[in-house]
Amino acid sequence: MIQVKNLIKRFGPVTAVDNISFDVGAGEIVGVLGPNGAGKTTTIRILTCFHPATSGSATVVGHDVFHESMEVRRNIGYLPESAPLYPEMRAREYLEFRARLHGMARGDREAALRRVTERCWLGEFIDRPIGQLSKGMRQRVGLADALIHDPKVLVLDEPTIGLDPTQIRETRELVKELGARHTILLSSHILHEVEQVCGRAIIIKSGRIVASGSPDELRQRVSASSPLIAEISGPAEEIRQAVAALDGVGQVEIRSEDGWHRLAISPSQRADVRADIFKLAAEKGWSLREIRREVASLEDYFVKIVAEQQAPGI
Amino acid sequence: MQKVGTLTRRELSVFFFSPIAYVVIAIFLVVTGIFFTSDNFLPGAEASLRITFGNYLPLILVFVLPMLTMRLLSEEFRSGTVETLMTAPVSEADIVLGKFLGTLVFYLAMLATTLLHVVLIAVYGPLDVGMLLATYLGLILLGGLYISVGLFFSACTRNQVIAVLCSFVLLAVFTFLANYLAREQEGTLRVVLQHLSIVAHFQDFARGLVDTNHLIFFLSTTVLFLFLTVKVLESRRWR
Repeated sequence: MIQVKNLIKRFGPVTAVDNISFDVGAGEIVGVLGPNGAGKTTTIRILTCFHPATSGSATVVGHDVFHESMEVRRNIGYLPESAPLYPEMRAREYLEFRARLHGMARGDREAALRRVTERCWLGEFIDRPIGQLSKGMRQRVGLADALIHDPKVLVLDEPTIGLDPTQIRETRELVKELGARHTILLSSHILHEVEQVCGRAIIIKSGRIVASGSPDELRQRVSASSPLIAEISGPAEEIRQAVAALDGVGQVEIRSEDGWHRLAISPSQRADVRADIFKLAAEKGWSLREIRREVASLEDYFVKIVAEQQAPGI
Repeated sequence: MQKVGTLTRRELSVFFFSPIAYVVIAIFLVVTGIFFTSDNFLPGAEASLRITFGNYLPLILVFVLPMLTMRLLSEEFRSGTVETLMTAPVSEADIVLGKFLGTLVFYLAMLATTLLHVVLIAVYGPLDVGMLLATYLGLILLGGLYISVGLFFSACTRNQVIAVLCSFVLLAVFTFLANYLAREQEGTLRVVLQHLSIVAHFQDFARGLVDTNHLIFFLSTTVLFLFLTVKVLESRRWR
């Protein structure tokens, strides 16, 4: 549905998007993650035909965003980050206006309006001027606008920003439901959200893709080399040497307290050495009172990548 | 084309919703009314609209029309709605035409209020209908040009104040200054300045004369500014 190849976008001396390539297949929900200023919004604006790219290409539903701009726009429903709306219009009028801009005939417009009103829970305020609506309501109107012409592709830029927790949850549920019938590309800097909603995540930093994969895959990359914590009692130096000698153990740091030694073990490969440590302790007669793996979350992964450290496994 | 209609309707509804538009009409009516009464209702004065419409209205419009056009595109840039507008399947030309026509129709409504003055004058004698129609045609063309200039400057900036001031200055220069300078000059320069002077082109309409020369002036300059507006809007994408 969406193909981006070697996309570059420069604004004067600043390179906002630096050679990005990715694909989104039909029916996928893909999340673009990255810190502020990473290039998520710029990439999205290129896809929705708001900005032309400096070089590279992007196609949506088989149409090139630069050469067949109108076709692309007909097939995309876009919710920009600020969910801009006209405050003087009523929600219903606004949606009608947008439906007309998409060239929908009267009968279709009415049916579409009913459909999105229900889908986005606009019922209670559909006739109120937009200027009087709260942020959450406006966001829903914006989402309704993106859905009104039943596009094949939905592009949502930070769809849950500024919403309260209930609304955030509702929006995420809605996005998941919509994923059944539309291809969705959303951007966010909330990892948790991407984990929950998206089948695949693309992490962007400084205009480049630094990681890509399903949330599970990404988590794997982190946990495979997560440090182990063990607390053992016995002769400190001997413990340290014995553990370090084990297969698959890299560095061992030891800290002593009250006769117990707390070891922080960094594995040298993607191996789970917990069982081996237990066996070792049992053999030598040392007491073992804690052994666990510090499962790094996707968040640690994200923070690490973004802090310019090489992400494990890339 | 249907999209232009949709956009025009929306602009029109915004005009009728916004308080600024009504304030502007009120100012227009008051000022026009003042000129109308002070010139005409004097003993021995000519009972005609020529002075009010021919001399004063262009002056009034130079102030009033930029006030109507200043928000047209500037507001969209400022509020970010330009993003949803330009990612919808409408061309920049559609957008510009829609805004232009919406403003023009509102201007026609405003102009229609001057019919009041026509009625008042009609009490004093038979109307020269031909002259009246020519004058109104001239006013519509004049308004079209002023609106297209205002729209152009609105496309150039997010700041409404800059838009209105620039429009005002440009129009003032070509409406008043050119005419004034033309009177001071001789020969070719005089002719050139006269051709650039908006008032000089409008005067004939006020006298009841419909000259194609002037018609083409107004239409071509209006189209020029609309074209430039489309180009400025297109160029916004790259920034």
